[in-house]
Amino acid sequence: MKSRLRMLCSLAIITGLAMAAGLLAGCSQAKKEKVEEVKEPYKIGAIFAVTGRAAPLGEPEKETAEMLVAQINEAGGINGHKLELIVEDDEGDETKSLMAAKKLIEKDQVLAVVGTTTSGTTLAIMKTFEEAQTPLVSCAASVKIVEPVNPWVFKTPQSDRDAVLKILEYLEAQGINKIAFINDSNAYGVSGKIEIEALAPQRGVEIVAKETFGGEDTDMTPQLTRIKGTKAQAVICWGTNPGPAIVARNMKQLKMSIPLIQSHGVANAKFVELAGDAAEGVLLPSGRLIVAEQLPDGHPQKQMLIDYKTAYTGKYNKPVSTFGGHAYDAIKILAGALERGGADKAKIRDEIENTKNFVGTAGVFNYSPEDHYGLDVSAFSMVEIKGGQWQLVSE
Amino acid sequence: MKSLLKNDYGILVALMFVLAAPPILVKFGAMNSYYISILIFMALNTMIAVGLNLLVCHAGQISLGHAAFYGIGAYTSAILTVVYGCPLWVDVIAAMVLSGVIAYLVGAPTLKLKGHYLAVATMGLGIIAFIVMNEWHSVTEGPSGIVGIPRLKIFETVMRTDMQVYYLYWAIALIVILVAINILNSRVGRALRALHGSETAAAAMGVNVNSYKLKVFVISAVFAGLAGSLYAHYMTFISPPSFGLQFSIMLVLMIIVGGAETIWGALIGAVLITSMRAFLGEALGAYKDYDVIVYGLVMMVVMIFIPAGLAGGVSIIARKLKRGSAQPEEIGA
Amino acid sequence: MISPPRFFKASMTITEQILQYVLSGLVMGSSYALIALGFTIIYNGTNIINFAQGEFVVIGSLLMVTMTEVYELPMPLAFIIAVAGTALVAFALQRLAIHPLRNSNAMTLIIVTIGASIVLRGISMFIWGKDAYAMRHFSGEEPIEIFGATILPQSFWVFGITIAAVVLLQLFYRKTLMGKAMLATAVNKTAARLMGINVENVLLISFVVSGALGATAGIIIAPLNLAKYDAGVMLGLKGFCACILGGLGSSGGAIIGGILLGIIEALGAGLISSSYRDAIAFVILLLVLFVRPQGLAPLKEMMMGQEKQ
Repeated sequence: MKSRLRMLCSLAIITGLAMAAGLLAGCSQAKKEKVEEVKEPYKIGAIFAVTGRAAPLGEPEKETAEMLVAQINEAGGINGHKLELIVEDDEGDETKSLMAAKKLIEKDQVLAVVGTTTSGTTLAIMKTFEEAQTPLVSCAASVKIVEPVNPWVFKTPQSDRDAVLKILEYLEAQGINKIAFINDSNAYGVSGKIEIEALAPQRGVEIVAKETFGGEDTDMTPQLTRIKGTKAQAVICWGTNPGPAIVARNMKQLKMSIPLIQSHGVANAKFVELAGDAAEGVLLPSGRLIVAEQLPDGHPQKQMLIDYKTAYTGKYNKPVSTFGGHAYDAIKILAGALERGGADKAKIRDEIENTKNFVGTAGVFNYSPEDHYGLDVSAFSMVEIKGGQWQLVSE
Repeated sequence: MKSLLKNDYGILVALMFVLAAPPILVKFGAMNSYYISILIFMALNTMIAVGLNLLVCHAGQISLGHAAFYGIGAYTSAILTVVYGCPLWVDVIAAMVLSGVIAYLVGAPTLKLKGHYLAVATMGLGIIAFIVMNEWHSVTEGPSGIVGIPRLKIFETVMRTDMQVYYLYWAIALIVILVAINILNSRVGRALRALHGSETAAAAMGVNVNSYKLKVFVISAVFAGLAGSLYAHYMTFISPPSFGLQFSIMLVLMIIVGGAETIWGALIGAVLITSMRAFLGEALGAYKDYDVIVYGLVMMVVMIFIPAGLAGGVSIIARKLKRGSAQPEEIGA
Repeated sequence: MISPPRFFKASMTITEQILQYVLSGLVMGSSYALIALGFTIIYNGTNIINFAQGEFVVIGSLLMVTMTEVYELPMPLAFIIAVAGTALVAFALQRLAIHPLRNSNAMTLIIVTIGASIVLRGISMFIWGKDAYAMRHFSGEEPIEIFGATILPQSFWVFGITIAAVVLLQLFYRKTLMGKAMLATAVNKTAARLMGINVENVLLISFVVSGALGATAGIIIAPLNLAKYDAGVMLGLKGFCACILGGLGSSGGAIIGGILLGIIEALGAGLISSSYRDAIAFVILLLVLFVRPQGLAPLKEMMMGQEKQ
């Protein structure tokens, strides 16, 4: 009996130790040495999906954020304060995102946070930011982030609603009024579906087929075959790689020659690479980053887009992506607010809200107390893929 | 037997003291309050792991789809409170009941299966549940998830701070452990364990094995549903990816790392794996992307070298050290 | 600048659509069949369900991408290297993880193979990154029209190579000593050992053959489906569903189960709802398990010639 008692006690001790070991691991870092002389750095946090399924989005965001912070610091910081960026990886996982948010707010005591990459993770941490009264500038697209307005949360990417509006504008110009819609079964794809279901009837466009595909689906011919059996005059596809590329390839395989309109979710070089020849003639609404050089001189975004492109490609030796652009806008907006508001969370929040006519990669931002999104349909232009290159179709 | 009971309860009391430490450490500034949120997830994972542990002990089976019940619990609470304005705590009970009912319905045919078939059937159930959460937009809001789940209240106090949630959830987790200990020590529980899970022997002794297995399966689903509901109230937002195959496999990892020989294996597994999820990325630095490899390796190494899990491994070592002076362990250890 | 939209004449008739679903289903089904066959071979040899089977498929396709796109090797050579490379991975897996546990129960082995699949997926991500890759078609990309449905030349490669693999496997089973030893071991391990068969080798070869089959499935399907490090999870599970549908342990069942599953999925996605497409395989899995756990068993004896009992 005694032995059993000891054994069980040892179990209890092990459990205790395991918890203690995990918990105390980070405590040593808690002490902060105060550096006088130099102005105290402004500490800001970032949460991106650097790994996991959304990594192709999160990676350029992290790189852009780090590059911008380095640039700002080289130029002497903000009012003499250096920026200190702490990047957390949430892997696109909501639980991890919440833990990262708590760490940044409570342990690192950051002034504000940039991110997250995916809509689900931002939605999961918004309430925490509201309660902690800390500003969050999200790089995720969902309208749920800004409707209803959470006073502490902003976002930089263009909304799906405006992308849908842009497409509907285009359809109207082309005289198309019957469309088939196919979407990725993730949050992004479904959000596009909700918007088009709401907006298409208002513009006299009929959705004659609605199909979906899963993120791991590898063959979309059944869905497209069904679409082929309808009178659709165009296919609109809403998703993120690699699904939309397979849709383009399968349409070619099925000899479907109605136009394929993709969403801004595939405005990246990877899509063209994956879809190969099938990408030819694909249309999509997109921010202007990918067609910066084709913009008319004097376009407000032209110069800053080219500068960002050159800097990013120079540093990381790979093409820019729209997602990196969202982080660019978020960091710049935050930096502006820090410059005007100083190290005070409430003032930073107010100053983000006061951001007007800020020229970013996604468009020209005008935040207000009622609008934490700041963009409109003019953030998009229609782009066509020709010879593997992006071609600006209409401003 | 009696002393064993005493010891299990003894550990429970000891655990309460251990759990009192973090808040004190935070108060004196020795620990950052951020770590409290990790402890909250430990409590949730402990609840599910304890249920799974019962299943392994009694049915000799691991469910590869238990994230489904976690998800059912979370969605039940979210939908009831956000859409229907259901009073708090009533939704928690409803989440437990619904998880249990669904477990009963799917468990009846599933638990007749053996070996691989059972393993794969539970995995199939988990995947189907995930697809339904993702696609049944009119009810679950699909992949965009449900926002604005209210925080729990005790009387008029809203559980707003992590510290409040910490006390509440660990109190519930301790109750879950207590219930599990009592089940393990029930008549049939003893019989099954004494027979080392030999169903034929148990059946020969007049134990209705199938109905007992089903009961344990339902209980484990109820625990998972409870954890899911509490998760929803803590996160205030839920969406399907939290309840997929990946989480089911994490749960299995908790069980095998902790070992299923005692109920405390579930606790050790939940504590270790939750800590790993919180700190491993940081530890790997630039190789953070590849933390999955570590999980996979841990899974394989534990199965190859210490199949009884850490708790089991410790008990085996303890037994070896004491060989000669102690009675052979016939029950429980 | 904008070309006017081309309006398309006749929409597809329902018969043409059904033909198209069946054709699409046949292509996916062929790859499921090969994956299912891989499961079967390992199951018969070692009595375990190898959850890393899907990873073999992915490693095969990614190796093929590397060989053709990076090293620009000719297709046939690249094919052989990719298949051999994957077989080597399967060899290592058996030696390092499965062999030490040969006396453990089913549950332990299932968990070890799940662990192995996670490790292999992580390593694939390390080597090839997180992006998907497009792969060249074996010959031509111009779709061919058959009664209003279309099919890519690659699909014929898929059918042809699947049939060739099945035939080769049968020849291997019937004509070679090792093949016969594997059949004998599948029927009765102890008796096989008593007859002087080196059962250890048989188990090892089962993994190697299974790895090679998985890789083949991955390679032939990759030009149609793209290759991505995490595609193995779903493919593996679907292959397993096909196995259960056909009857676990039966080669003929695996093939028929795979092709049936492919067709049912395509028809279900096209005619009923594409939202629940991935659920179809698992619903079938559960129905078969609950109602008829032996699967389409009578087919079992036909192909493998296992006249047991």
